[in-house]
Amino acid sequence: MGVFVIRRLIGMVLVLFAVSFITYLIFIKIPGGDPAQRIAGKLATAQNIADIRLKLGLNHPFYVQYYDMMKQIFERKLVSYQSQLNVVGQIEEGLPATFSLAIGAGIIWLFFGIVVGTISAITAGRLSDRLITVLALIGISMPVFWLGIVGRYLLAENHPFGFLPDSGYVPITQSPVQWAYHLIMPWFVLAVLFIGFYGRVLRSTVLDTINEDYVRTARAKGISYRRLLVRHVLRNSLIPIVTLFGLDFAAVLGGGAILTETVFQLQGVGQYAAMSITTLDLPPIMAVTIYATFFIVVFNFLVDLLYAWLDPRIRPA
Amino acid sequence: MTEALLDVEGLRVQFATEDGVVRAVDGVDFSLERGRVLGIVGESGCGKSVTSMTLLGLTRGANARFEGSVKFKGQELLTASESQLRKVRGAGIAMIFQDPMTSLNPVQKVGDQIVEMIRAHEDIDKRAARLRTTELFVEVGIANAASRIDAYPHEFSGGMRQRVMIAMALACSPDVLIADEPTTALDVTIQAQILELIAKLKDERGTSVILITHDLGVVARLADDIAVMYAGRIVEQGTKESIFYDPQHPYTWGLLGSIPRIDRPKPPKLHAIPGQPPSLVRPPQGCKFRPRCPHAFAACFEEPDLVARVEPATHLDRCWLTPDEKRGRRDETIQGTTGEEAA
Repeated sequence: MGVFVIRRLIGMVLVLFAVSFITYLIFIKIPGGDPAQRIAGKLATAQNIADIRLKLGLNHPFYVQYYDMMKQIFERKLVSYQSQLNVVGQIEEGLPATFSLAIGAGIIWLFFGIVVGTISAITAGRLSDRLITVLALIGISMPVFWLGIVGRYLLAENHPFGFLPDSGYVPITQSPVQWAYHLIMPWFVLAVLFIGFYGRVLRSTVLDTINEDYVRTARAKGISYRRLLVRHVLRNSLIPIVTLFGLDFAAVLGGGAILTETVFQLQGVGQYAAMSITTLDLPPIMAVTIYATFFIVVFNFLVDLLYAWLDPRIRPA
Repeated sequence: MTEALLDVEGLRVQFATEDGVVRAVDGVDFSLERGRVLGIVGESGCGKSVTSMTLLGLTRGANARFEGSVKFKGQELLTASESQLRKVRGAGIAMIFQDPMTSLNPVQKVGDQIVEMIRAHEDIDKRAARLRTTELFVEVGIANAASRIDAYPHEFSGGMRQRVMIAMALACSPDVLIADEPTTALDVTIQAQILELIAKLKDERGTSVILITHDLGVVARLADDIAVMYAGRIVEQGTKESIFYDPQHPYTWGLLGSIPRIDRPKPPKLHAIPGQPPSLVRPPQGCKFRPRCPHAFAACFEEPDLVARVEPATHLDRCWLTPDEKRGRRDETIQGTTGEEAA
């Protein structure tokens, strides 16, 4: 077990390095990506650009530049080329909003995904299953930016059925009630896609599990239906859901809910990433990349540990 | 005659499928007395497993239809509610399944799977249930029982898992034990051990057993009575002795002839019943075995009833041949002296 953890930790560092380095390479190769030219503006002379290059260290070989940038990130000194603001500070400012969005939406989509998938499976072929299937497909098909805007149009203040705030984020420390009130719509808008998707996945795994021999054995034992469903069917069907949830949740924590954050003006890490990309601002892009990759690899690792806990067959002997 | 523990009358089970209605069980009658062992024999798809699972309501589903009656200690099970059935499952009638590799929940400790069952039927605390589980493990011959109850199914071999299944089936001292091909998935040496275990426990506890198998060697060892099933029906039924020494139905002859025997001269070729079992959606007209039967004649286009045609009166069969004709013809098939070869 100890060896397993150490190996995984080394692997995580390597993945972080590889992802950040490849992102860096892509960035310096894309047309119009040269920071010096962008900073100097349209009317800059060759001398202006050369001065900026020198100042930002862009005259060094690319691997030295990469190293410098990584060093600055970890020393919390890296600033944006555009706003000159400290990128780590900016990410930290976005963290509460992003975490609030991810945790709330994660709970909602996991809960409803399991409920919907289970109901759908145990009533397979009947009306409730068909209805859920149609709703799930609609949920999966609706793009977040569209659903978010329609939600705001219909449900936000001063709109036809308005009873929710239009957008924005209120820190939980300032007012927990306002915090939740402002997040209800973003949570559900983000969760809809996942509910539909998880519901479909769980439906099929539950249907597979119900036909397993051990479920028949459990029925022949005379245990209650509820216990049969929870202990024998769901307990085994939820294992693949754990993988999905670990990765999806990590992606949203890592700023992956760019559209939701942008539509609702949550000022989270995702929105910061989106802004930086539109202005091709390298330092924040690199910092957000590392930040997001960190969550992905950490959650991947947690999923593996959880897996071993859930399924004794894959526990290291 | 003692009162039958289990009485099955005119049992029919039909499943609606895309290809049509499958008549998996098509009019089965038998009864089981206390302490007796009934062997139900037949090839795959003859309805023997469906029959046994229907006794416990395990075949219930949206596409399933049932007819007839299954009475356990006077209680009708076919129409019983799920909650009534739950009380019978495990406690009144328990079941051992074919494949011990897949019949235990892979993520639950084996002991917990038995404790869960005991506590579903009896109001006892967890410690007492665990203690009983340990005793059961000792009884079925699992070494280090006290620590093995906390192991997971994948930590057992196939034979040991089947012992766990047997321990589970016996946990609530059922009146009837249904063993559905209990040895099919096991090595031959392990098969013998498991059969001996079932025989021993049956004798010690006086449990009635329904033994479902395609292997006549297995029933020879354990059964008191035998029912031979073909295409959803019983084609021959009687005591073990009368079935083995005076088999009446050509299908039974085929089954008996397809067992290699070391106590007889080696036949030129081991007998195989030609052809495939019939479709249960569109079964053949008349006797269901007619298309595969080398002795079929005009009368076979009408199906014979399951009645006594020979002594003793408990020996029933469905074949139009006269007992003398049968006695004249069957040895060819059973002893493999015939040129009737597999297609």
